[in-house]
Order: sequence, then structure tokens, then C-alpha cells
Amino acid sequence: MTSDEWPLYEVFIRSKSGLSHRHAGSIHAPDDQMALDHARDTYTRRSEGVSLWVVRSDQIIASDPAENAAFFEPAEDKIYRHPTFYDIPDGVENL
Amino acid sequence: MSNDGAVLAYTLRLADNTLILAQRMVELVAAEPELEEELANANFALDYIGQARMLYSYAGDLEGKGRSEDEFAFMRDEHEFANLLLVEQPNGHFGDALVRQFLFDAFYVHQLEALCRCSDTRLREFAARAVKEVRYHLRHCSQWLVRLGDGTQLSHDRVQRSLDDAWRYTGEMFASDDTDRAVQDCIDVPDLEAIRPLWRRDVEAVIGRATLTVPADDWMASGGKQGRHSEYLGYLLAEMQYLQRSFPGASW
Repeated sequence: MTSDEWPLYEVFIRSKSGLSHRHAGSIHAPDDQMALDHARDTYTRRSEGVSLWVVRSDQIIASDPAENAAFFEPAEDKIYRHPTFYDIPDGVENL
Repeated sequence: MSNDGAVLAYTLRLADNTLILAQRMVELVAAEPELEEELANANFALDYIGQARMLYSYAGDLEGKGRSEDEFAFMRDEHEFANLLLVEQPNGHFGDALVRQFLFDAFYVHQLEALCRCSDTRLREFAARAVKEVRYHLRHCSQWLVRLGDGTQLSHDRVQRSLDDAWRYTGEMFASDDTDRAVQDCIDVPDLEAIRPLWRRDVEAVIGRATLTVPADDWMASGGKQGRHSEYLGYLLAEMQYLQRSFPGASW
């Protein structure tokens, strides 16, 4: 290890079977296996989950906020990509 | 010793082990080297306190004199506590506290697994719940032991010393006395001698992965189960019991 600081890990929890893992927060840990333990002890004390993923934060490839305009704004004026031009028949509750 | 008396004495031994170990771990709250380990330690201490409560509550029912959990925990004197000498040993450094819990949990997990099959309903229900908690504690401690042992030369040497120092308290776990033999007969609890090879196998496996050396079985300390404690328990109890001794029945 080159630093005295433990590396940062991101924690993802599946709250119940069938749902996706969701980002819960982050923890420090000396290595991958201990990261799983620390995630368990930090984020699942109140029965929050049935499955845990941890991944080193520096292994996540993130979009650059400075490029947000080029990345995300072109989608904003393309309302035809949203399924909002259909008449929803009466009686359909969940769509 | 009557059967009920033996089950009561045995239940108190289990309870005292968990309470005294929990108190030692509580002393480390706000003193752990890392936030995540701080949470883990506090979680584990709470697990043990929860176990102690279930057991003291059962002990009160067995005794039938209306003693509450608090009275067992806070109103008994040193010689009435029947915990193993191992769990009352001071925290020392991180490796000392870790090794103490590792050696105890490696024993306790087998004791609980066997209790899951005993003929006493309350102890069986208790063990079924507790064993899941302790399996995780043991996993966590084992992970740390491997990392310290197989870490730097300094961490290796320090944790080897922790292991050497704590080893003398492990013989007591398997030394049966009248109480152990009585409960073995009347509620079919584990023969301590049968647990010894399982404990040895598990402990040796982790110590090996940690590149540490299993200490020699030299002189072993004993007496905790019979109420003869090391000089450390009195100080632990003085702090733990202070409030209830000064203000009996205090609650919030």
C-alpha cells in the first residue's frame, strides 16, 4: 500500500430479492474482503439487505461534470422519446 | 448437584462469558482505530449483551426467586461470576483484543452448535439465534488475524505475542467439572472434550493462513468457571456495576 489511508469502496445493497442493487454509501477498508465485512456492519444493521456489492471507488468510471452539457442536455428537447403521446384507455391503472 | 441447579449454573456461565466479553468490547467504543471497525466492534458487543440478557432472563426463571437480568449482571460479586478467565483479560492493543475474541468465538461457536441439539428448549432456542451472530464474529476476527499475521513484520510479531499471551487461557474452555458433567447428563449439552478437536482444527487453520505459529500447550490457567478470577475482573465489575450499586434499581 502506498498510502496510510485505506482505499474507499462504494456499497450497493439489494434490499430484497427481485430488486436491483442500489447505492447505499461508501466505506473505507484495507482490502476487498474486509470491504464486504465493513459494508455489512455499516449498512445492513437494520435488515436493509439480502445481498451486498462493494467496488473500489477508483474502479468506477464516472462521467465528467464539466461535460454535462454535451452529455445530457441534447436529450432535454427530444420530448418525442418519452412515451407521452399515447391516450391511456380508461380503466388501465398501472402503466 | 440437582439437575435444575446444574442447568442454572451452566446458564450463568454462558451468560457471564458473553456479558464480560461485551463489557471489555464496550470499553473500546470510541477508541477503535477506524470508523468501520468501531461500528463492527460496537455491533458485536451489542450482540453479546443481547445474548447475556436472554440467558440471565432464563436463569431468573430457573432460579425462581424473581431475580432480574439486572440483578444478575450488576448485583453479584466477583466470586459469583463464572466466566472464563480469557474473556475478562484486558483489551491491550488491537491485536490482543482481536485474539481474545477469536480464541473465544472459535470455541463458543461449537458450543452453540452443540447446544442447538440439546434437550433444553430455552437453551436450544437461544443457541439457534446466537450461533448466527457468533459465526459472523468469528469470520470477521479470522479475517483480521490473517491480515495482521500475514501483514508486516511488525504486525506479525505483535499478534504472535498476543496469541502466545492468550493461549494459557484456552485450556479452561475444555476442562470439565461437576457442573459440565451434570448438564451433559441431564440436558445432553456438549461434551467439552468433544469440542476441543473441532476448536483446535479451526484455530490451527486460521493461524496457519495467518503464517503464525500455534503456541505450545504449556501451563494453563483455570478457575474462572468456579469463580476464582484474575485480578482484572474486580476492576471491570467496579466500573460496570457502579451505577446500579450506587442507585439500586435506577433506570431510564
